Amino acid sequence: MKIKLKLIILLLSVARISSAQIDSSLLKRVEKDTTNTTMSMDELYNRPFLKINKLPVSLGGYLEFNYQHLGTDGVSDGHEFQFRRLSLFIASSVSKRIKFLSEIEFEHDKDEELEGNPMEIEIEFAAIDFEFHPLLNLRGGIILNPIGSFNQNHDGPKWEFTDRPIAMTQMLPATFSNTGFGLYGKHYSNDWMFGYEFYLTGGLDNTIIDNDLNKTYLPHANENSARFVTSNSGEPLLTGKLAVRNTKIGELGISWMGGVYNKWREDGAIIDEKRRSDVIDIDFNTTLPKIDTKIIAEWAWVFVQVPDDYFEQFGTKQQGGFMDIVQPVLKTKILGWEDATLNIAMRLEYVDWNIGEFEDTGDNIADDVWSIMPAISFRPTAQTVLRLNYRYLKQQDIIGNPPATTGGIIFGVSSYF
Amino acid sequence: MKPKLLLFLLPGLMALAVYSCTKLEPAAPVADTVMDAPLDGMTSAQYKLFNEGAGEFDEVYHTETGLGPVFVATSCGSCHAGDNRGHLFTILTRFGQPDTAGNRFLAMGGPQLQNRAIQGHSPEEIPAGATSSKFTAPIASGVGFLELVSDADIIAMAEANITHPDGVRGHPNWNTIPDYVIPFPDAVSKGGKYICRFGRKASTYNLHQQTVQAFNQDIGVTTSFLPNNPFNYLSGLNPVQTADPEISDASVNATVFYLQGLQAPIQRDQNDAQVVSGKNIFINIGCESCHRQTLKTGFSPIEPLSYQEFHPYTDLLVHDMGVGLNDHYTEGTAKPSEWRTTPLWGLGLAGDAQGGNLFLMHDGRALSIEDAILMHGGEAEVSATRFMDLSQPDKDALLKFLKSL
Repeated sequence: MKIKLKLIILLLSVARISSAQIDSSLLKRVEKDTTNTTMSMDELYNRPFLKINKLPVSLGGYLEFNYQHLGTDGVSDGHEFQFRRLSLFIASSVSKRIKFLSEIEFEHDKDEELEGNPMEIEIEFAAIDFEFHPLLNLRGGIILNPIGSFNQNHDGPKWEFTDRPIAMTQMLPATFSNTGFGLYGKHYSNDWMFGYEFYLTGGLDNTIIDNDLNKTYLPHANENSARFVTSNSGEPLLTGKLAVRNTKIGELGISWMGGVYNKWREDGAIIDEKRRSDVIDIDFNTTLPKIDTKIIAEWAWVFVQVPDDYFEQFGTKQQGGFMDIVQPVLKTKILGWEDATLNIAMRLEYVDWNIGEFEDTGDNIADDVWSIMPAISFRPTAQTVLRLNYRYLKQQDIIGNPPATTGGIIFGVSSYF
Repeated sequence: MKPKLLLFLLPGLMALAVYSCTKLEPAAPVADTVMDAPLDGMTSAQYKLFNEGAGEFDEVYHTETGLGPVFVATSCGSCHAGDNRGHLFTILTRFGQPDTAGNRFLAMGGPQLQNRAIQGHSPEEIPAGATSSKFTAPIASGVGFLELVSDADIIAMAEANITHPDGVRGHPNWNTIPDYVIPFPDAVSKGGKYICRFGRKASTYNLHQQTVQAFNQDIGVTTSFLPNNPFNYLSGLNPVQTADPEISDASVNATVFYLQGLQAPIQRDQNDAQVVSGKNIFINIGCESCHRQTLKTGFSPIEPLSYQEFHPYTDLLVHDMGVGLNDHYTEGTAKPSEWRTTPLWGLGLAGDAQGGNLFLMHDGRALSIEDAILMHGGEAEVSATRFMDLSQPDKDALLKFLKSL
């Protein structure tokens, strides 16, 4: 007991000394760029960072947690308190035109946790950028495949909704990153901006049509950590994006990601046909002048070559997307917070997991989901959000039987730090 | 809005949301509109096993968990949506047995066609010269009750048919059973064969056999009971016994228990005058000769199943349905034109499991209840003719009764 007491006193003393050593003036907050000259492709670096004195390294990150109570057709898991993720950023300028950024994510996935799998710890991004010219930059390392703007711009504190868009995270691989390299660049001219990105990376794998979900499911490739060292098909995945922005109109992006996904050769012997998967994505965002209504929309199509004799439940075509409408209703000093904002918002979502018709009947293959999610959010600062969402979702099975309905509330907090 | 209102607004909204959370959520569907609910009155341990079995029933298999290499579907739930009748997209094909002398194509992949294959493998094809028939999945709800009808009761129903004035001559399908199937204590045996009752031809003895066969022949999943993968002569796949079954006996047993523990479909609008009238017409024109409204169970360790009267509208016998339904394929001692009387319970909700359409009869060829009635030939021809002769109001009443089931 005496030893324990001494240990506590010692720890408290050390803590006090440590606290006395903190000089907050050494920490400099590098705010994110809030001007209207950035595009979705810039969001990777456009995050609030802390810079420590003259250290050439900046630190940042965000965390997300929430409470929810959801039920499906009278069945509920009850009250749920969830820690969704903690993301840590480390950035540095190696030299004037060489920079480094990494993002390490600690993520709790409900389904995985319930199956007894531990929390995911993943290097989501770790790349070095070389700037040869504003129009010609080389990026290499573990990079985010820039398919759609959500993939580029997914930090929780930026959104008024706790859940990420279904189409962008469950139809497209959410925050899909791979080892690879590629080029990107931007050009400005008056109100216009043009940007491009093009990468060669490791790819998807057979599990996108061989999984326990009974549907074509690209995000399953995220579970294959071997993709960071080898491409399952032995061929590169190509990802490209073009985006144009007008400061008065908004930004429009179109992206494509495609390649052979299946293992078609083993030890030099051909064991299967090559099968491709391709994704096309269109995204748009704008802020309406005067009323400051923010509109973010994205729609994607997935095309997957499935073996002719495979189960019809695994679709060859999918489509889906979302639209967020965010309306600030109060923007003022609130309870001592300068520039606090109260928003009302709405998200509309739809995914058709399987576009097509049954061979035997010619009827539509359903397997679709649609959701509407009204929200109220309060932002004491631009970097922190408290949000209250109501989820109303209908999921129809492959045959098109009466849908299962899910509803309930989600209250969440997300903040950069 | 005054900013200080936020002091009350956000906490107030949160409190309201938490307080009313269950009220904001969708209610459970009415009991008589679902097929996958458990029996009322099981013990806690039985509910637990039932839920475990429900998980097994909906488990989607893939290559790493045992799917294939050739298969028909990837889960039990794929074929039995909501535990009601199946859709055409998971229809299965059986081949190779044109008469009661046994299957002649076992060495070529019979009796069931696995028309799908995992990546890198070829699906089966029907061998030249083999006759075949297509089967949609029958209703799963209530099968625990059907399993417990005694052989004596089934034999009694068959014996009553011997002098049936309409020419109804249904009989049990006596079939051999595999070694892993343990006959019930009161089972009746004839020449080493037993009365079978499950499947479109009533060729399967009990739910254990049905489950093991479905895992193996439909999904390509091996068990200790059927340790060989389905055979595909085209690709040279050898049905070598696997040393390590792909799922455990416990998983099989939980799946069987899930099926046994499913509630029976609940009739709706029983007291509606038109439904009551339709039921009387159903009996009067002779449909009830085969589609027996009331049967009873014997003993079961699942108390709510034990010694119960229930209303499946079947006699569990096979009947000659005429040349129109002769597929030149059979199983056990049923002739090619003989089919087990389909239980009619759940019929009114079949559309909710078949995408709003109806695919009735053994292969889904009937697109409405009326179509299905008119396809009845052979022993059912007299009743079908009487149906055609009914006045339109009587036909409507009969159809309304059938839709209430």
